[in-house]
Amino acid sequence: MSRIGVFTCHCGENIGATVDCAKVAEMCKHVPGVAHSVDYKYMCSDPGQRMMQEAIKEHNLDGVVVAACSPRMHEPTFRRAVSNAGVNPYMCEMANLREHCSWVHEKNDATTQKAADLIRVLVEKIKHNTPLYPIKVPVTKTAMVVGGGVAGIQVALDIANGGHKVILVEKSPSIGGHMSQLSETFPTLDCSQCILTPRMVEAAQHPNITLMTYSEVEKVDGFIGNFKVTVRKKARKLDEKLCTGCGLCIQKCPNKKISDEFNEGLGTRTAIYVPFPQAVPNRPVIDTLNCTFYKTGKCKVCEKVCPTNAIRFEQEDELVTIDIGAIVLATGFKLMKTEAFPEYGYGKHKDIIDGMQFERLASASGPTAGVMKRPSDGKEPETVVFIACSGSRDRSKGVPYCSKVCCMYTAKHAMLYKHKVHSGKAYVFYMDIRAAGKDYDEFVRRAIEEDDVKYIRGRVSKIYEEDGKLIVKGADTLMGGEPVEIKADMVVLATAVQSNDRSEELAQTLHVSYDTYGFFAEAHPKLRPVETNTGGIFLAGACQAPRDIPESVAQASAAASKVLGLFSQDQLTREPIVAVVNRQAGPTYSYCVGCFLCQTACPYQAIEQEQILARNGEVIKTIARINPGLCQGCGTCVATCRTKAIDLQGFSNEQLYAEIMTL
Amino acid sequence: MRIGYYPGCSLLGSSREFDESTRAVLTALGVELTEVSDWNCCGASSAHVLNHELSLALPARILALAEQAGITEILAPCAACSNRLLSAQQELAAHPEKIAEIEAAIGMPYKGTAKIVNILEVLGRLKDQIAAKTTKPFAKKVANYYGCLLVRPPRVVNFDRPEDPQSMDLMVKAVGATPVEWPFKTECCGAAFSVTRTDIVAKLSGKLVKDAVKRGADVIVVACPMCHSNLDLRRSEINEYLGEQHGIPAMFITQVIGLALGLDPVALGIQRHMVPVEFKETAAASAQ
Amino acid sequence: MSSGSHHPNLETLAGRIEAGTGVKLAHCYQCGKCAAGCPVGDEMDLPPCQVFRLLQLGFPDLDEKVLRSEGIWLCLACETCSSRCPQEVEIPKVMDFIRGEALKRGIAHPKSKDILSFHRAFLDSIEYTGRLYEVGLVADYKLRSRHMLKDVMLAPKMYIKGKLGLFPHLIKNRSGMKTLFKRTMGKG
Repeated sequence: MSRIGVFTCHCGENIGATVDCAKVAEMCKHVPGVAHSVDYKYMCSDPGQRMMQEAIKEHNLDGVVVAACSPRMHEPTFRRAVSNAGVNPYMCEMANLREHCSWVHEKNDATTQKAADLIRVLVEKIKHNTPLYPIKVPVTKTAMVVGGGVAGIQVALDIANGGHKVILVEKSPSIGGHMSQLSETFPTLDCSQCILTPRMVEAAQHPNITLMTYSEVEKVDGFIGNFKVTVRKKARKLDEKLCTGCGLCIQKCPNKKISDEFNEGLGTRTAIYVPFPQAVPNRPVIDTLNCTFYKTGKCKVCEKVCPTNAIRFEQEDELVTIDIGAIVLATGFKLMKTEAFPEYGYGKHKDIIDGMQFERLASASGPTAGVMKRPSDGKEPETVVFIACSGSRDRSKGVPYCSKVCCMYTAKHAMLYKHKVHSGKAYVFYMDIRAAGKDYDEFVRRAIEEDDVKYIRGRVSKIYEEDGKLIVKGADTLMGGEPVEIKADMVVLATAVQSNDRSEELAQTLHVSYDTYGFFAEAHPKLRPVETNTGGIFLAGACQAPRDIPESVAQASAAASKVLGLFSQDQLTREPIVAVVNRQAGPTYSYCVGCFLCQTACPYQAIEQEQILARNGEVIKTIARINPGLCQGCGTCVATCRTKAIDLQGFSNEQLYAEIMTL
Repeated sequence: MRIGYYPGCSLLGSSREFDESTRAVLTALGVELTEVSDWNCCGASSAHVLNHELSLALPARILALAEQAGITEILAPCAACSNRLLSAQQELAAHPEKIAEIEAAIGMPYKGTAKIVNILEVLGRLKDQIAAKTTKPFAKKVANYYGCLLVRPPRVVNFDRPEDPQSMDLMVKAVGATPVEWPFKTECCGAAFSVTRTDIVAKLSGKLVKDAVKRGADVIVVACPMCHSNLDLRRSEINEYLGEQHGIPAMFITQVIGLALGLDPVALGIQRHMVPVEFKETAAASAQ
Repeated sequence: MSSGSHHPNLETLAGRIEAGTGVKLAHCYQCGKCAAGCPVGDEMDLPPCQVFRLLQLGFPDLDEKVLRSEGIWLCLACETCSSRCPQEVEIPKVMDFIRGEALKRGIAHPKSKDILSFHRAFLDSIEYTGRLYEVGLVADYKLRSRHMLKDVMLAPKMYIKGKLGLFPHLIKNRSGMKTLFKRTMGKG
């Protein structure tokens, strides 16, 4: 016979004002199996917990029902208290008299009766409870950061400084990301590369950080603390150890007319190249799609001039599999292209550029060395129109969301232009100005008040070319929709921030959720912003939603602290609320018939196939086995199993039937 | 190829040459046209202004007549007609609950199964044949003017791209012409205001004529009777508005192809234009 | 909290517009792209975005200001606005609807008379003959609008070019046309 204690909490007025707690306590005394029942004003208070612990000892209780608030609030509190009194914590259950009863009903007898019923149900459950013990999982204390932009670099540095190994995987030849392309940054106008390159070098030289540039994640197996990640190291076509980064190969490469990605197509590069002078690592790659040798079988100039004989034309991609404890995704974003704007000429006008192209035009390291020259003819633009919300907040272009960073960078662009071309005219078409950051609104006001940037509230309907000018047809909605036509020399579209190419594919590889627009989904929009739904995988930066630099860095440090928290333990302790497959003696061995419907149903890839072997090694039966490290206790497999061979610990079929049958 | 034919009212009157040239060109290319019998006006630019049901019933009657005749595909050369037919067909497809009332109004069953095509779609299918049969290349610089109704609203017409469309450009290239790059391919000419607000038509069409000339075009090519009458019939008002004399002709795409195929200009109705179709010897022409 | 299924409030003009056209005025966020691209935007007393703004608030006096405006009669239904609208609002449909409303209330702008005369003459022509009879249309329009002398110089030229038929084209089933008009227009 069970000896169960029932502790009914008033939660001050929360429960006590609606439910007659004393009566409930009295009613519960008569439930079979209940050895002790009391009520108290605040059961979660220290005296309340002490009272509970003393009662356990005094009445020799083997199970406890706390009738109080939601288990989401205080289950850990009461389980700890029970455990300290010597009872297995999973022999403690909570009846939710607050959210499920007092907060949603009137004060009357039926409400009090319902409260007693909720308790009775759990008393029956506890009779079928078995002591459970937390699951221990080992932790590999090496993190992988995917994406080497400012967010990824920050995550890597924080984890490395916390004393753990980090592998930083970047798909392009250098780390640095979009931030390395920016000219100046808002709201302080400090040089982007000047503040970023020290971090890049620090990451490269950190003893705990291993850079894997020109590499991509190919496959992820395993679970929190125990991932196995396969990374494809794309062939640079040179021996990185022999290469000194002298740059002679780049100087001599005869193929110099290739559109330069780093300069957003506004400049050219060679077939063997480093993306930009401060690249980390400073080791070139050969672009095999454009290299003359790979196209015609002839050339090899780079090989001839290389003083250390580092060129390796025959080098192949390499697959490396690494044990990883936690993964942080920091894969960033892409910008919508000007080709996506029919009304602005489908990208055919050279002088209609996007925001990143403007950054390159304004950058001292850019194709014009920071001198304002428009792409078509290299002339200094006398009138520049900036169009905010280009493609953002535009459901006709599939982007109903706000891209968040454009208001600020458009103000910055207009300001940079005015600083470089004092006599120039700058116009900004905008819909709303969203400048809700520290010193942000002041920055926009400065553009308007001090740098004489003309802000016009309205969208632009059409841009076309006439006599070497771009005719920008807009309207001023603050003047009642008055048509406004500006003859511009250059137009900068603040195009929408979108999820990066292949982000959905990567999310599927990692079993991470993503939203309609391909941004990775956080576990909770408010309370778990850097975690994903998959344990051990975290998010940083614009791969989750449009973010500016301060936010990306803050989020990166948050993700790093999550990883460090994970790595602070030698073993991970997990709630034992996981599914188990029935096992028993031969000749049945298990109810499981090996149909593996559960395997396809499981959202967490937690179900494996296990062979039951005879002594001679012969396979007798193949059954399902649940990896407790991966199982999240959702119960899908339990519902799917045709032979009822799977049960969820703590919520077994037996326990649930007992609860229902008692009502 | 056999295809249903809905000429529409303009093609019987002010744009006869569009009908004549369409029939001439398609016959020369071996296309057989089956005219929808006893067809009525589609309601064009007026019905939808005054009564929405009427703007559905008029096109529905035409489509129902076509269905009765077993026509599965129906060519409406007039851009306004094809646009109205498509609009009504799509609205009735999206709101099948409206069909019963429409059937009662038109006095016959309506299924909405006939596919509606415009003249550029039909010519597009025959482009290789047209190129092969071209005997007199139309070696002119051409401003292709699509107007509103061929490409807008894109949800309804689902044809070419809504800005800077290409189908007519490719077509005139096939017969040896050089399309000029110009930004007003789909700007409105003033449409149905030809009679009531000629001032607006003069202003909007004037912008088109002036820009086409400025960009070196020898001729403006159209595929819509309303556009044509604004650019041709209203040329004196346009020139008066601009204070300039522009003699650049406006031709239907079917006339251009007909000339290239070596058909008799009179059979194509070339002589019917207010602005005579005469060309100065241009650089483009002599270069050919 | 979601408010559940949405039913337009037929007490307001905005609600009736939604019920009649499927266009929800609240979708317009006043970016002005319609006004910017409208070929007659500079002729309108109220450009399209202002029409929407006035109707959005649901104040009867502002509704009336829209219904009395000249601009709504200048819309060419060229669909430039709707094909570029970032919120995919079908503006010309709304223009059609509010013109009808202005007529119903008898407060249409005086300058709409000519445009209306034209449309009425147009539809009359179809009602009686089944097809548009251009000569009849222009003659009828002239009578209605009293612009007797306008375009008289054009007619002989058109006749010479073979563009004016002196007689209307009559379709066979003219009684069917009458029924069609009665069943659609009759309800308005």
